[in-house]
Amino acid sequence: MTMTGYTESLTPAAAARRNFGKGRVARIGCVLAVVALACLVPFIGTSYQTLQMTFVLIYAIALLGLNILVGYNGQLSLGHGAFFGLGAYIAAIMMHHFGLPYWSTIPVVAVLCLIGGFLFGLPALRLEGHYLALATFSLALAMPQILKYPAFAQWTGGFMGLVISPVPVPAGVPLSSDQWLYFFCLALTLVMFLIGWNLMRGRTGQAIIAIRDQPTAAVSMGINLAYYKSMTFGVSAMYAGVAGALSALTAQFVSPDSFDFFLSISLLVGIVVGGIATVSGAIFGAVFIQFIPNIAEHISKSASWAVYGVALIGFMYLMPQGVVGLIRRLRGVISGAKRSAA
Amino acid sequence: MMLTVPPNEQPLLVFNDISVRFGGIVALDSVSFEVGAGQICGLIGPNGAGKTTLFNCLSRIYRPSGGSIRFDGHEILDLAPFRIAAVGIGRTFQNLALFATMSVRDNVLAGTHCRGRSGFLTDALSLPMARRERRRFEESADELISFLDLDAVRQLPVSQLPFGTRKRVELARALASQPKLLLLDEPAGGLNHEEVDHLRSIIFSLRERFRMTVLLVEHHMNLVMRVSDKVVALDFGRKIADGAPADVRINPDVIRAYLGAEQ
Repeated sequence: MTMTGYTESLTPAAAARRNFGKGRVARIGCVLAVVALACLVPFIGTSYQTLQMTFVLIYAIALLGLNILVGYNGQLSLGHGAFFGLGAYIAAIMMHHFGLPYWSTIPVVAVLCLIGGFLFGLPALRLEGHYLALATFSLALAMPQILKYPAFAQWTGGFMGLVISPVPVPAGVPLSSDQWLYFFCLALTLVMFLIGWNLMRGRTGQAIIAIRDQPTAAVSMGINLAYYKSMTFGVSAMYAGVAGALSALTAQFVSPDSFDFFLSISLLVGIVVGGIATVSGAIFGAVFIQFIPNIAEHISKSASWAVYGVALIGFMYLMPQGVVGLIRRLRGVISGAKRSAA
Repeated sequence: MMLTVPPNEQPLLVFNDISVRFGGIVALDSVSFEVGAGQICGLIGPNGAGKTTLFNCLSRIYRPSGGSIRFDGHEILDLAPFRIAAVGIGRTFQNLALFATMSVRDNVLAGTHCRGRSGFLTDALSLPMARRERRRFEESADELISFLDLDAVRQLPVSQLPFGTRKRVELARALASQPKLLLLDEPAGGLNHEEVDHLRSIIFSLRERFRMTVLLVEHHMNLVMRVSDKVVALDFGRKIADGAPADVRINPDVIRAYLGAEQ
């Protein structure tokens, strides 16, 4: 029996399963290759480059969370920098005031930001589209001032912020502190991406997308809009918070003005550049928001934001669906060419 | 072709004195009727008679100003809109309401939502329970896809499909919730002659294969009269006829509603 005969004799369902299996192997291979490359970074790069790549991982976590909310669920947030800052401060306070170990901050931040995001999401349910954007915008505006507020200064350090000690390398591990922290962030990035991937391909992800596509039909399928929208907000805030906590560990310092409105907008830029409603787009977006401002500054010190703006417009012009959109289009062209060649 | 209604059947769905007002306009005026379990009930009437309004009361999109809707031991008007699917009511929409970015298969899978239990935590951790449930739903979605001849397009995004095919996807999605009662809002609208014939055989097999009760809003008179066990006619928000298709067809009020007053 020839290969084509075999394919034709499959039922459509079986053929689809087979294609899916093939796609899955390719996908897993791709992920493994990227992880292997990522593991090499701290050994090839300088300590500064390792630090930069650590921030790429951190932004990737925040971007994935924001993309679940904005891209997959269709709720626009201009205030995710606030949750990023909240996570950073919770971690800093735990370490600075209570002397708790750095790793213990992550689960605490995750749970608190999940709850915080859920609670913010509940009243925000009544707001659609632009109105929700404005509500989250106010959150982003208020955050730095809340952190500086004198009544909380005893905990937050006021406008001075808080200094936290460097992450210790476990005994017997032959790595520098920067390298160890990089691997700690890499491990968490993998965990957070796995969670995001699992969520989006399951019943939950389908409900999240259904709400964006057709809310009326989603309700008549039995999807509880209020619950899913608030929970999605919570999950998204959890991602931002975890990323914020990691950024505090990496910078060894938190200050109120690092979590201003500009951070929220950068995160939005990141998901659009990477690709709205994609999981892997978060990585490309993170590379963009970490490196493009630096590169722009290299090109022109006095007009770096103008260069940044031009780069952004160029990106959007060349890849209107983000980096992942471009990759998908190229893949479509290649498989189309293969099909027509065969 | 015409199947008679089983006589001792309890009514599955009872509309009792349902009224809906939009501002000063009375869209439904004390409408009452019953649909027996296993019946196919056609709901007819000229444009603006209140048919879709009645459907939307049943899906809790509109709130009636008075009356009650009993379904299978539940008072529908006391349920939150998202609970309607779980008590066993599935529906299609007059102007199609598919999840546009999803594939055919994902649309049908989304229809299984109300049968599922896995949530944020179980999905995030991909627990065996969530995966088992997913596999079970995928199998039942695939069966429905085959049942409605959608195998060839199952992986395509629904936005790429022709209208008639999309209508079948919507039907498959509604069936995926395994409803006791299926609401079809103008299923024949926009379909060609052949597709309407196909639809008729599908509706019959819904009852035979899935023992489903069907409430059907339709303008296509030929289809309604041939497929329904009973027909309810509305005009200007009031019920003007309720009975066997043959009787409703010759009811003078119905004729007047459709053709205008005879001199």
